[in-house]
Amino acid sequence: MQVYLDNAATTRMSRAAIDAMVACMDANYANPSSLHEAGQSAAEKLLAARQSIAQLLGADSDEIYFTSGGSEADNQALETAAAIGERIGKKHIISSAFEHHAILHTLDRLKKRGFRITLLDVHEDGIVRADELDKAITQDTVCVSIMYANNEIGTVQPIKELGAVCHKRGVLFHTDAVQAVGQLPVNVVSDNIDMLSFSAHKFHGPKGIGALYVKKGIPVYTLISGGAQERGKRAGTENLPAIIGMERALKAACLSMSENAAKIAKLRDRLIDGLLSIPHTVLNGDRTRRLHGNVNVCFEGIEGEALLLMLSDMGIAASSGSACTSGSLDPSHVLLAIGRPHEIAHGSLRLTLSHENTQEDIDYTVSAVRQVVEQLREISPVWRDLQEGKKDYVIQ
Amino acid sequence: MLYSEKVMEHFRNPRNVGKIEDADGVGEVGNAKCGDIMKIYLKIEGDVIVDVKFNTFGCASAIASSSMATEMIKGKPLSDALALTNKAVAEALDGLPAHKLHCSVLAQQAVRAAIKDYYDRNGVACDKAQLSVIDCEDGHCE
Repeated sequence: MQVYLDNAATTRMSRAAIDAMVACMDANYANPSSLHEAGQSAAEKLLAARQSIAQLLGADSDEIYFTSGGSEADNQALETAAAIGERIGKKHIISSAFEHHAILHTLDRLKKRGFRITLLDVHEDGIVRADELDKAITQDTVCVSIMYANNEIGTVQPIKELGAVCHKRGVLFHTDAVQAVGQLPVNVVSDNIDMLSFSAHKFHGPKGIGALYVKKGIPVYTLISGGAQERGKRAGTENLPAIIGMERALKAACLSMSENAAKIAKLRDRLIDGLLSIPHTVLNGDRTRRLHGNVNVCFEGIEGEALLLMLSDMGIAASSGSACTSGSLDPSHVLLAIGRPHEIAHGSLRLTLSHENTQEDIDYTVSAVRQVVEQLREISPVWRDLQEGKKDYVIQ
Repeated sequence: MLYSEKVMEHFRNPRNVGKIEDADGVGEVGNAKCGDIMKIYLKIEGDVIVDVKFNTFGCASAIASSSMATEMIKGKPLSDALALTNKAVAEALDGLPAHKLHCSVLAQQAVRAAIKDYYDRNGVACDKAQLSVIDCEDGHCE
């Protein structure tokens, strides 16, 4: 049996998005910047896709800047904030401790350019507090960037409330909504968002395409210079097939959002209950304020990479925040940020669902995970010490 | 594929897993904070390792390295076990990715720690330098 539970990493493209892209590559290969008829026809397709995507997010079409994906959009958003800050003499940016590295590494770069960075606590439940944000904002603050939903533990942030605080205090509000767009009813106006990043491959669209929403009136920083595409803010011939694929996928995701959310959340809860019945297992992130498709747990006494490889042998595609899978020596910064000790964070497992999963997938996964966890605990000296009472369990 | 077939084979079917209740020497290296701990148990008769078992908390390469190291020293004289290098363990596994080489170092150290424990218990004088075990804290982890 093959079970794909790594949808937060990427999703399978929908047939409709693939067909739309292939049709576009066949018929609309001309450059939208060209003046001939074929070019103008491509330009019309581009505009229609831009308008549709904007509308689905509550934005205007000239507030959407297509990018190569979420990371580029995050970089451009923070550089936009930094350029404004440098001009008006405000050099403080607030973010959170469990942002994606596209945000954290860009903030490191800005730090070297003289910006002061405050990373808000995300607490054990994985939720940023609006009152703590309010306290962190100073006269010097130019921008706040808080992700809409966390990519590892799936916790959904009180974005509307955080945006309201920012607007009350007169600072820009950016959100990395890569995990939220297509999953949650995101609306840039009612959510008080000034800048928003998203990426198509997280909602069954193609890879290599995303966008940055920037509210009208905010001067956008040009990260990639060259031609006049994207109103001069992002050079490079538009990737029209990918943009068309993204539009098709986003529209489908928004149309079936509530139906999918209900179905996926039911499977998620079944999966969480099943995994928590394995002794000494803990759920990471708030149980209810999380993405419909996110499950993230830690098992005491074992290591995540071994778990992943054994699950892979059983046909299950999953992910882990263990150091061994991250390629660094430290386990996931997200799990450390919610207060999990290193030894517990190493034993994490992330399973992320989509509407394509079935109850059969979930039941098979629970029994496979139970078997693999037992097998790894059997050979673990840490587990032996815990069982023999030489050490106390961290997870009860 | 990240790992060689040999690593995956030892990971899937680790040899000599378990604990020897009346072990003559026990060595434990690494720590959970770093993500790997290896514990090796030796049964020694005369000068020969007649049995060896291990427990490992860690990734696939840590489990495979412990499995391979125990195979390489089982039935061998202590002098052979002391001469076991991390390089030999990694080579026997058809290589490890660069960032996983510390797993083979850990295996070598676990073997030496167990032999040192045996010597200490029996009051055997030994070359401390050869048996010095680098703690994870000042080893690969930091």
